[in-house]
Amino acid sequence: MDRIPILKLGNALLVTIQVDMHDRLATALEEDLTSKIVAFGAKGVLIDISALEIVDSFIGRMLDNIAAVSRILDADTVVVGMRPAVAITLVELGLSLSGVKTALNVERGMALIQSRLEEFDADDED
Amino acid sequence: MPTTRTDRLDIRSSDDVVKVRQQTRTMAVAAGLSLVDQTKIITAASELARNTLDYGGGGEVHMEVLEDGGRRGVRMVFEDRGPGIANIEQAMRDGFTSGSGLGLGLGGAKRLSNEFKIESTPGSGTKITIGRWKA
Amino acid sequence: MAASETATLAALVGDNEKQIVPEWLELQKRAGTLQTGRITEAELSSQSTEFLHLLRAGLLTGGVEVKGAAYTPARDFLGTLSRSRALQGFSPTETATFVFSLKQPLFNTLNRDKSISPADLAKVTWTITILIDELGLFTFETFSKSREEVILRQQREITELSTPVVKLWEGVLALPIIGTLDSERTQVVMENLLQHIVDDGAEIAIIDITGVPTVDTLTAQHLLKTVSAARLMGADCIISGIRPQIAQTIVHLGVDLNVVSKASLADAFAVALRRTNRTVAKIKTAKPDESKAKSAANKGGD
Repeated sequence: MDRIPILKLGNALLVTIQVDMHDRLATALEEDLTSKIVAFGAKGVLIDISALEIVDSFIGRMLDNIAAVSRILDADTVVVGMRPAVAITLVELGLSLSGVKTALNVERGMALIQSRLEEFDADDED
Repeated sequence: MPTTRTDRLDIRSSDDVVKVRQQTRTMAVAAGLSLVDQTKIITAASELARNTLDYGGGGEVHMEVLEDGGRRGVRMVFEDRGPGIANIEQAMRDGFTSGSGLGLGLGGAKRLSNEFKIESTPGSGTKITIGRWKA
Repeated sequence: MAASETATLAALVGDNEKQIVPEWLELQKRAGTLQTGRITEAELSSQSTEFLHLLRAGLLTGGVEVKGAAYTPARDFLGTLSRSRALQGFSPTETATFVFSLKQPLFNTLNRDKSISPADLAKVTWTITILIDELGLFTFETFSKSREEVILRQQREITELSTPVVKLWEGVLALPIIGTLDSERTQVVMENLLQHIVDDGAEIAIIDITGVPTVDTLTAQHLLKTVSAARLMGADCIISGIRPQIAQTIVHLGVDLNVVSKASLADAFAVALRRTNRTVAKIKTAKPDESKAKSAANKGGD
């Protein structure tokens, strides 16, 4: 069975979703991410959805789950590259994805993760 | 209403839900819908297909590209012989779910469509019709 | 309407095409169809001839059932003609004249045919009248619909133009909304804004509602939708231009705006600059020559 590849990018993990996901693939991704966050001590998870033309409540739930689990494991999740048509549809659908941070692209997403880590480091130094 | 294209798909597995999305896209493009409108109807179809699978015990969808005067659009009918919905009003409310979903399927599909009709009798199944027109 | 009248008419049209078309063209010319130069005589002639053929085809199998299948080619032809005339700027009357001016030539041809009895003459005249009137009205209807389509398109263009997205600085966009924000307009606004966010790589969008007269629950919802959509694309929103009355309305409605808001666009811009790690600084030094001359002239102080 295909699994979505997870790449290490600095202190974060990068997932690029390119296929129309079915349930088994989504569950596998959640599992893989969870184990890799722990294995690498990752501080952030970047989920690139720029290839997705459709995000429905199923994918939305997957993103929320990943964000929630990552948070418990002390990692920030940033969803990047959402297409305008998808954003407009999600808003109409009522999916707020409030537990998930977003950024325009991978670069910005990384910057977001790093800046929040710096914030925490600064707090620790007080 | 004159129809230019019809299709019928079984919804028995999550792979079928993917097929429904793909076929809806084909129809939406054929009807000349804008990108945003395409995205809306495909997402609505995905929600309803998933509902048919998860709550209806599987079913089928009929879809057609319609042409009425100058208006073009896509209409889809999702049918199942599942348990049916006892309280439709409640089911339409956001956040209500009898399963593990987000409870946005029905209300969401309605908001994403120009046309929405639901018929359901407990014990006999559910039939949901949605339509989206070229603006 | 008995089959014989339509059969007679069909034969009449078929046999006398060479007289009917020129007479018909002459009447159309007299009505001014060629005056504006939007259509050439050759085009008009070929249109007229083609329509006559389609009319005859309809008569042969469809009687005077203009709405029936036998007349579909004729109706389609008129529909296309009418739409193109509408786009070319012809008036409704000018367009309908195409059909109505065919009456006279048909009457003339009928009168010239000595093989038709006076009784039949009256019946066929009536057939012509009914036929032409119905087709003429159909042309008028199609013309109207085309005009409506143009108006709708123009409305949409106006909507888009009236909500420009302005780039204030690197990564900062401003969206001044003038007028009411209904759901149709919100869609256009959202699409426009989100596309700009992608194109400009914007991180902040300032939505200025100085020009929005009233804010009710729906308008507030539309604003919130726009803000949510921008957020999903990684851009934060600031709402500016909230007048005191609107602020009160929002509170009384119980709407939770959940977004930073500033009274003026200027204030919002200042916040946006700060957030993107920028500041506006005054330029300190004058040009080197000038400053030397200045200090030479001003020995000892200002």
